Formats: sequence, C-alpha cells, structure tokens
Amino acid sequence: MLSEVESVSGQAGNFTARVKHHPRYIDPKKCIACGMCAEKCPKKVDDEYNMGIAKRKAAYLKYGQTVPLKYAIDGEACIYLTKGKCRACEKFCPTKAIRFDDTPRTVDYNVGAVILAPGFDTYDPTGMDAWGYGKIPDVVTSMEFERLLSPSGPGLGHITRMSDHKEPKRIAWLQCVGSRGINRAPNSYCSSVCCMYAVKQAVAAKEHLPPEAEQTIFYMDMRCHGKNFDRYMEDAKARGVRMLPVRPHTLEPGRNHIGVVLDYHAIGEKERRREEFDMVVLSVGMEPKGSAVSLAKRMGVELNAHRFAETSGFSPVSTNLQGVFVTGGFGSPMDIPQAVAEASAAASEAAALLAPARGTLAKTKVWPEERAIGDENPRVGVFVCSCGVNIAGVIDVAAVAEYARSLPGVAHVENNLFTCSTDTQDMMAAKIKELGLNRVVVAACTPRTHEPVFQDTLREAGLNPYLVEMANIRNQNSWVHAKDPAKATAKAKEQLRMAVAKAVSNVSVANISVNVVGRALVAGGGLAGLTSALTLADQGFEVVLVETSGELGGHARAMRATWRGEDIAGRVGEMAQQAMDHPRITVCLNSRVAKAEGSAGNFSGVVETPSGPLEVRFGAAVLATGATEHKPSEYLYGKHPKAHTHLEFDKVLEDSASLKGAEAVVFIQCVGSREPARPYCSRVCCTHTVKSSLALKKTDPDMGVYVLYRDIRTYGFREDLYQKAREAGVVFIRYTPEEKPRVREEGGNLLVTVKEPLLGLTLEIAADRLVLASAVIPRANPELFGMFHCGTDPDGFLTEAHPKLRPVDLPSEGLYVAGLAHYPKPVEETVAQAKAAAGRAAVLLSRKILKLSGVIAKHNRDICMSCLACLRFCPYGSPYIAPDGRIAHNEVKCAGCGICAGICPAKAFQVHNYKDSQILAMIDALTEDIGRPGGGTARA
Amino acid sequence: MSQELAKKTVAPPPPVENFREAPPEWEPLVLAFACHYCAYAAADLAGVMRLSYAPNVRVIRMPCTGKIDHSHVLRAFERGVDGVFVAG
Repeated sequence: MLSEVESVSGQAGNFTARVKHHPRYIDPKKCIACGMCAEKCPKKVDDEYNMGIAKRKAAYLKYGQTVPLKYAIDGEACIYLTKGKCRACEKFCPTKAIRFDDTPRTVDYNVGAVILAPGFDTYDPTGMDAWGYGKIPDVVTSMEFERLLSPSGPGLGHITRMSDHKEPKRIAWLQCVGSRGINRAPNSYCSSVCCMYAVKQAVAAKEHLPPEAEQTIFYMDMRCHGKNFDRYMEDAKARGVRMLPVRPHTLEPGRNHIGVVLDYHAIGEKERRREEFDMVVLSVGMEPKGSAVSLAKRMGVELNAHRFAETSGFSPVSTNLQGVFVTGGFGSPMDIPQAVAEASAAASEAAALLAPARGTLAKTKVWPEERAIGDENPRVGVFVCSCGVNIAGVIDVAAVAEYARSLPGVAHVENNLFTCSTDTQDMMAAKIKELGLNRVVVAACTPRTHEPVFQDTLREAGLNPYLVEMANIRNQNSWVHAKDPAKATAKAKEQLRMAVAKAVSNVSVANISVNVVGRALVAGGGLAGLTSALTLADQGFEVVLVETSGELGGHARAMRATWRGEDIAGRVGEMAQQAMDHPRITVCLNSRVAKAEGSAGNFSGVVETPSGPLEVRFGAAVLATGATEHKPSEYLYGKHPKAHTHLEFDKVLEDSASLKGAEAVVFIQCVGSREPARPYCSRVCCTHTVKSSLALKKTDPDMGVYVLYRDIRTYGFREDLYQKAREAGVVFIRYTPEEKPRVREEGGNLLVTVKEPLLGLTLEIAADRLVLASAVIPRANPELFGMFHCGTDPDGFLTEAHPKLRPVDLPSEGLYVAGLAHYPKPVEETVAQAKAAAGRAAVLLSRKILKLSGVIAKHNRDICMSCLACLRFCPYGSPYIAPDGRIAHNEVKCAGCGICAGICPAKAFQVHNYKDSQILAMIDALTEDIGRPGGGTARA
Repeated sequence: MSQELAKKTVAPPPPVENFREAPPEWEPLVLAFACHYCAYAAADLAGVMRLSYAPNVRVIRMPCTGKIDHSHVLRAFERGVDGVFVAG
C-alpha cells in the first residue's frame, strides 16, 4: 500500500483529505516493468500477495496484472535502504528509474465528497487451537488455497500440500471459520461469500486434480443466495463434491504431521466418525479492515456493533456524515456483484452532491488536424523496440530491423532503445511528418497496454490513430522464449511480417459521435424504479417514469419493515409523493412503453398513457419491472384460510388481535424456490421468516413458532436476527427436498408433519397458522424486453452485461437494470442497485456528445442477402430489419466484436482493421516461407 | 491499392502433399486466434510471469473469437499451418 488517507476534515462539498504517499523508490514514469530490478535484487521476503506461501524480492511487482504495471521497492526489506549497501537494481535498471532518494510525501487534496472503499481483512485463525492452523501443516486458509489453485500462483495451478509437497487427493473445506461464531470465534455475523467460494474452489480443485480426487465441504447452511448460485452448487454436487451439514469438532495432524484427521458426528448417527484428509481448507470469513476502522473513528464515521460502517436500508451507501459514502466490504460482507453495484451507487450519490460542479475541472486535449491518406501507396514506418535488454537481450533486434527493410511497403525502419519513451515518440511523430509515412508498425510490447500510447503519437503527427499496428515481440516472444534466442528472433521476424501485411491495408477510421438526449426513461414505479428516477432527477436529469398500475410503490407498499425494523410502506409512500411532485419527473400511471428504438444516448419511444400516446426521446433507460409473489400449489394453500404467503401474513401481523390464542405458527421455507422448476434461491424469504417469527414471539413468548427449512440463509448481519430468533425459542427444523413436510386438514385444523433429523423422529404440529415462504417470480415482459433487445436467464431474470463486473448494465449500451427484475433482493440491495443504475445512466446522460470507437463492423447492403444470421447472433442488437424488409446496420450500437462478420455467409459484414482480407494477409505472410528451401524459419 | 499490394506479395500455395513420415527434427507450426479480452491477455500475462513455452506458436489477435471465419482456419491449413488454436 503506497498511499493512505491520514485524515479528512471539512464538510460535504469541501473536504480536505490528507494523503500520505509512501516512497516507491522507483520512478513510475521511467519504469517499463522489465523486471530487471527484481531479477537482480538479492533480498527475498515472503510474498504477501501469495499469502506467504511463496517468496518475492524486495524490488517487486505485487502481481502480474497490477495497474499501473510498475515495480516498487519494499523499503523495509531492501538491503540498501536498511543496511546502506547493495544498489544492484540501480546498477542494472535500463531506464535509470531507481530513486533511492524518494521520500514520503503528504499531500492535501481538496475534494467535494469522500467514498470509503478500503476493502476488508480476512479472518486470521492463528491461535484458535480447534482449527489447528499454524500447528498442522496441511491446514491452510481459503486465501492460501486460492493462490495454490491459481494459474498465476506459486504452483502455476498445480495444487500441492504444504507438508510433503505432494498432490492432495482428499481435500476438506470447513465453513464458517471466523464467521457465525458465538462461542470463541469473534465474529457472530455471516460473511456471505464463503459458501460460494468453497464450492468454487471444490469445483476448481476437481478440474486441477485427477478424477479420483475427492472434495468434501463441511457446512452449517449452504448459503448460495446469489444469482445462479444454487444451480452452480447443485451442479457441483452432481459432479461429486460431497457436502455434509456437520461441524467437525476435532482436527489432528495425520501420521508424521502429514495430512489431517477430522472427528465429527454426522446427523442421525450415534457413533463418532473419524476421517483422514490430505488437506483441510479453512473457509475464513471477512472482517472490517483495521486501518479503515481507525480512519473511520478519526473521521467520526459511525460503526455498527461489528465495526463495519453503519448504513441504513434506504441509504445503503451513506454514512452518518454528509458527503461521506461507503461501498464494498467495509459496509458489510458482500460478494463482487453487490460490491460493484454499491460502488456505482456511491459514485452516483457523490455525483448528486457535486452535480452543480460537474465538468468544471475537465480539460480537453486539442489534436492537430488529421491528414487524409486517401489511397496513397503504403509507406510503413517500422519501429523495433529493444525495451532496454527486455527484447534485445533475447532477440537480435538489429537483424529484425534489417529484415523489416525487405518487407513490401516499408519506407522507414528504426531500432529504438525504448520506443515508448517521450523523446522517441516525439522523434516518431517528426519522422512520420518528414517522410510522409502513412502506416506505422511498432514491434515492442503488447497492444493491450501500449496501442493507445502509439495511437496518440500518430494523432500528434496528424495521422489517424487506427493506422498503427503492433507486433508483440516482448510479452509474447522475448519474455517467454528467453531460452531460445535464435527461434525467438525468427519468430519476431514473422510477427513483424504479419503486422506489416495487416498494416498496409489498415484504413483511417472516424469515430462515430451521437448527440446525447439528457433524459432517462424508467420502466417500473416500484421501489427500484422510484429510487432510480429520484436519483437521476436529483442529479439534474429529466425522467419519464412509466408504471403499469395505478399507483407508485409496487410491492413495497404492502411490506411492513426491513429486517432492521425500518418502516418500508411509509418511506415508499413519501418517495412516491416526491416523484409526483418533482419538477423533472413525468409520472405516467396506468401506462406502458408501447414502442422503443434507437441506441445509447439517443432513443425514441412511445408511452401509451390513459390520456393518449406520449412521444418520448431519451438517452438512457432503467428497466425496473419487478417481480411477483409465487402463489403456491401445495401445502393446502388456497384451500385452507389459515395458510398464507409471506405478504399475506404481513397483513395478518398488522392486526395482532387476530393471532390471539394462537398456540403454534409454522413457517415452511423454499416453497416454489430451489425446486427443479425454479432452481434459484429467492434470497429474501429466510430473513422475512426470521423477522416474522420474532414478531410473533414478541406478541406471545409462549407461542410455538416452528420454521421448517432447508438452509437458513440469513447472510451478513441478518445472522444477528437468526440468533435472536433461536434465543427467543423459535424452533428450526431442517427438511430435505426428498422428505418435504406434509400438511393435512383435520376437523378444520392444519396438521403439519415433518421429520426431525436430529432426533430422528417424525413430528406432528397442529398449526394455527401456516406461513409459506413462497418464491419471488420475475414479471414476464417479453414485449418490453424484446423492444430493448434484452435477454433473460432460464428463470426469467434480466441478463446483465457481466454477472460480476457489470451487474447493473444490460448488454446493450444505455440500458440498465435494477431491483427484482434482475434477481430477488432485499430493500437495501434494491436501493443500492437502483442508485447504481441511475449513476451509470448519469455517466452517459451527462455527456453532450457520445464518442464511440471506430472499430466497428461495416455492412455492405449490396451483397447482403438478409438471411438474418447477424440479427440472431449479435449480442448488441445492432443489425435490424429496415422498412424495406432487408437487414440494415445501426453502427452506433455496434461494439466491433465481429460475430456478425464471422457468421455472415455472404461476408457482408467486415470489421474495420480486422477485415477478412487482413486476417488472410496475416496468415499468408506467416506461411509464405513454408515449403521453400530454407523457409519456415521457426521450424528449422 | 494497398490490398492489391498485399496480394502481389503473397507466394502461391504449396502443392498438395502426400502423407509421409514427419522427419525427426520436424516441429509443428501452430496458429492461435486469440480474443483480445481474454486469451490474448492471458498470453501477455504468461510473459509478465516469465513462463516459458515453445516458440512455434503465432498469435493473431481478434476482437472476439466469434469473429473467426471458417475461411481463416481453412486458409491456415491450406497454406501449411499444422495446427490452429482458437482461444477465447
């Protein structure tokens, strides 16, 4: 960690954040990430990124994908900085980037808002003797196992155990280590993510190990409450991952301290079981980060009982301090999609606060006018980079440069020590102008990091940026073929030949721009839609809010309280009123979106309202169409007046007199969820049940309250509620889908029979009320989803652009999803996602002009036969059927993936600078020596 | 104009060969079509990690493996490439 916040003072809109920048001892502007410093550094220390199971040098890169890719020197380990002698890195660094005189700097930054996103710590099981961690060599934490599994870890994905470095065949995962602990372990909450990561690790271990290897997960409740998680878990089971609802009580080392022996009692068995494993993984939980806790205390940010930042259901990313927001693992333990959604929500809140200042600090770069190259003959400039010794130490760069001169179209060749250095780039720009070059090929590192750099060089020289090509002779050659310089050199020549063959037919590409309509359409007026609409309107954008029913608020109108006890219906009523009164929100009740077309920044549509059609132009849309409660077909629902769903029972609870004299209430979980027809978890029902059961116990502590469940999924701090319910005497009885509870009627009474697994007895409960925790079902909206080209998963929930990293974006640009239409979720997650969707939409709406990449597919209507293959396969919905009945292409929607080009039988689609002719030219260039005497250099 | 130039410089395809034993020193030439976003990034990472693999692989970067056309694969084989690796 090279920078840390020391203090934050001031107030919303005008904070001073004092940041301490620790010395890096390497100038990031000069570092080219060649790794020479690390290679020559003689000091080895434990590698914290690999959880100490591997070593790194004092001069190091934290890991291969760090951004920026720049080395640093660990001042506490460096021999020179601690003992005054060495400086080996300085001697060998090819760019003179080492700066031993670097000092700590403290900088004050003036900011309008603060977002706390410090991450979390993992629970350290050292010293808790029951787990054996630190004493039994083959007991590792899940983080350590993660590194053992990783292809970029110390074993390159080949799993070995710590004791004898052999491949483990039998691995056990122990869940809830440092979570859900009410005895000696410190954290009583659920860490929410460990069940899924354990399943993932077990599945990954299966893939990394021979087929006879066995994986066992010892768990309390399998909490797979995320989107598609239950499917994944069931699939893991089907593939042979064993899952036991058991907590082993003793861990001992195996013979000679190799392997681990577990003792446990399986449910329903009298005898203790003893099992040997080659390795045990402790699924450690999440804890608030120590440094963040102390910063929060210094700032005055309120923390909850578990030392996480305190938030509330309707303000899930706001702290008690105005202008200070929190996101990710410091708010509560959460998985990636929720953390990403919350991050967008926090950014959105900060943007709302700073809306008046939007764009005031923005600077615009002015480029020289672009020279049109027309159909000039190619004049290619080739720049072969030595990258210090990174390339030149393996590849004979002079020979490669000499070879480049023989290639057709090449007008100029140079070899540079560092092609990316500022002076070389100035020189390149000068050469381009002086020699009239119209294509540039840089043989250097990877285009993924450096193409943008050279594109800017071309822009500076007045050339279109798409006229540059790169040959990746470092990352994909010298760095991986260091042992074979001759073959590496031959390969570099071929790579260069291929790049030149492609570059000669690169064309100037103009970026497309769209004038952005600064208005959003929000479909759905429930809690999610209301939140999105209000957030956008508060940021200064106009919103058209379309609701099919006659009032705003949706299901939230019928809900009593969040699990924290916050009033839902009242709050939603207020929000509805705010939306109705808001000058920038047009509310359309009893309305539907009848037509929508266009693309990001510029859509047009028609909303059918009771007073006639309303034409709307909008730049972005949020789909928040919600879900409904499943009406069960089992457990006498609908046949007996005392069998209710949760929403119905909430009404019963409001009138506690109706429950007077009731002796027993039975809850049945997973009614319609986690079933073959609906194999997902509805996420909210366990907490709802626990909350309602506590309400019953409060009315009458003697009332018998029974919860028949499969896994109780009170994730995060909801676990506190589950604990309270058990303390209050609520009886929890686990059932399996093979032996579901049975409900029958006798003399007007409801009788529930269930097998109690711990006692091995069948119980019969006379229930005064039966509450069915029924599933959340997404609203089918084929017309609306079809108009926007949105896909749904097999369960009917809208499919997001990326399940982890883009959880509120729909695959087509300019469209966002929030609330239950995406997946079942409680109030705080719905609000966070809705604010996130609004924030994402605002990023788009705040621009006057949207510039899109020029690398897109071009459609040639003259040769297109409108077979519709492109229409079916394009993930972005850019091909469409034009009024003349033939395919046309909306280039604004195109992302340039080229799937259309691959599928098109007529080859009517060609992607700019990835044209078929260019790919074929590269193949031809690669193979031109084959079969010739002395040819096929790489194969000699 | 530029495409014509590319065509002119291409050597004619080699004649169809009969099956024969591979000479002992023979090494296959493998062409990989790699998606910019995943497999190409993985190949870069292999470099950053200084992993080592045989130098007889050439990579063509694609915006998506969905962009690959049958004609690319067929052309590679036709022109004497021994193996095609589609990675994405």
